[in-house]
Amino acid sequence: MDILDIADLHHIYRGHEGETIALAGVDLVVSEGEFVAVIGRNGSGKSTLAKHFNAILLPGGGRVLVAGLDTREEALLWPVRQMVGMVFQHPDNQIVATVVEEDVAFGPENLGVPTAEIIARVDASLRQVNMEDYRTHAPHLLSGGQKQRVAIAGVLAMRPRLIVLDEATAMLDPIGRSEVMNTILRLNREEGMTAVLITHHMDEAVKANRVVVIDQGQIVLSGTPAEVFSQYELLEALGLDVPVAAKLSILLAESGLPLPANILTAEQLVDELCRLN
Amino acid sequence: MPIKLEQVDFVYAGGSPFERAALKGINLSFLDGEFVGIIGQTGSGKSTLVQMLNGLLKPTRGTVTVNGLVTTAKGVKLKSLRQEVGLVFQFAEYQLFAETVAADVAFGPENQGVPASEIAARVDQALLNVGLPLEIKERSPFELSGGQMRRVAIAGVLAMNPKVLILDEPTAGLDPRGRDEILSRIRELHRQRGITVILVSHSMEDVARLVDRLVVIHGGQIVYDATPREVFAHGSSLKTYGLGVPQATEVLGLLKTKGWAVPEVALTLDEARQAIVRAYQLRRELA
Ligand SMILES: Nc1ncnc2c1ncn2[C@@H]1O[C@H](COP(=O)(O)OP(=O)(O)OP(=O)(O)O)[C@@H](O)[C@H]1O
Ligand SMILES: [Mg+2]
Repeated sequence: MDILDIADLHHIYRGHEGETIALAGVDLVVSEGEFVAVIGRNGSGKSTLAKHFNAILLPGGGRVLVAGLDTREEALLWPVRQMVGMVFQHPDNQIVATVVEEDVAFGPENLGVPTAEIIARVDASLRQVNMEDYRTHAPHLLSGGQKQRVAIAGVLAMRPRLIVLDEATAMLDPIGRSEVMNTILRLNREEGMTAVLITHHMDEAVKANRVVVIDQGQIVLSGTPAEVFSQYELLEALGLDVPVAAKLSILLAESGLPLPANILTAEQLVDELCRLN
Repeated sequence: MPIKLEQVDFVYAGGSPFERAALKGINLSFLDGEFVGIIGQTGSGKSTLVQMLNGLLKPTRGTVTVNGLVTTAKGVKLKSLRQEVGLVFQFAEYQLFAETVAADVAFGPENQGVPASEIAARVDQALLNVGLPLEIKERSPFELSGGQMRRVAIAGVLAMNPKVLILDEPTAGLDPRGRDEILSRIRELHRQRGITVILVSHSMEDVARLVDRLVVIHGGQIVYDATPREVFAHGSSLKTYGLGVPQATEVLGLLKTKGWAVPEVALTLDEARQAIVRAYQLRRELA
């Protein structure tokens, strides 16, 4: 089953100074269990696209099916919202309660889930993000990475089929970022959770199964990380980049070291270098 | 505009049950024309520290002296100080308020009393410096993408031509080219006009290649204040502080454990490339 099936999606914002075409015909299918990274320069349409996944925005043209449900049908709004959980950039704006467990319970409470079931879900979700020791802590005293993991637990407690992270690591320090990335990777690999990750960090996008590149409201490139990040010139022209290790490999190859072309991580680079002699 | 902090403590919500010491015994000075980086885990006290440098926050104990003015002295005029010490806040996009992008960027210079004839040019220059097209001027700042808003907020501070420019996480949310362009522009301003730049960042790569001096904060205290090369030689302690090293350095570290003759630290990719090529040639000669 495809969790997202998007065809010819258009979106136009009508602001006080005229119109902005934010999406100009996007086709995208995401299957259950996939981990898709979305990259693109500022203003390319990433957040607008994400807001169509759970009917925060509705198509100006084309259609969005979430597990087969058309987001244009008003009667389907709640089932759609339940299936797609969103985590945003600013950890502080997503915390609603003064105790971690209450914060995680907030979503299922709103969905009218029975109390016994809520308790079970809060337990399970906090365990999934390795925050079970913090259930009675005050969220505002947690680190950024911990807050984002609580926000993810809050989304998981609603039992979504797809989790969408829109620059959810942008405000975090290196350790916080890797905590959140490891959490998502584990949920995806071990529990089969489908994930869409919007990021400006190429080193995060490398961890996905598929990378989708958006520019001016259209998908311009899509493929495995190795395929997409081999297009160095195109990415650079789009205001993007390749992962640091890939860039270093390119520099080393230019200096005459016979390295293969598809290196993406520091570990791969070191392995390949050691293989040279 | 030298800035000096002496024995500075800062306590949030002092006297209440939520009391929390954010800074403890900070001694630090910034000289004219320096380019200094500040790194530290979330919650380590970086944002508190930088808000002290233009008098937005005042120390609970100790003194902060900016250009000879003690910020806690009676009757001190902080307004003029804030016009010379420009601060781009963390989450700066939340401080946009005007109806148009142009009005938002013009607000600072207007307040400084810059003549109206000069303001339009300042606004255009600042927008170009952050890589925004001038067509965006008449749009509402609230109808922009996250990264575009961030750029407008940075432009608003650049338009004030500050003598000291403090940037708290300026590039979070910017695309790779935007990140590089804005930081290069800031380095140019630093070189051409000799302004002091203080850059708070979570990006080890950015501070490694840009700053002359790097301050590391942990738990409200300064744990390192040295050149980036010296600081990044302490990879394992940096990890315990929630930080890391630039990837160029990380690659060298991994190669070293495999017996390669490489130095411990590389601040830029080019430096790493040269070190690896040299070590590679050496290995081939020995083999
Ligand atoms: N509320 C809005 N009203 C009008 N135009 C908008 C609005 N939000 C975004 N836009 C415009 O739509 C386009 C796409 O914006 P979007 O937020 O989807 O970009 P993005 O890829 O998420 O960018 P970023 O990397 O900066 O977050 C941009 O041209 C932007 O200026
Ligand atoms: Mg966005």
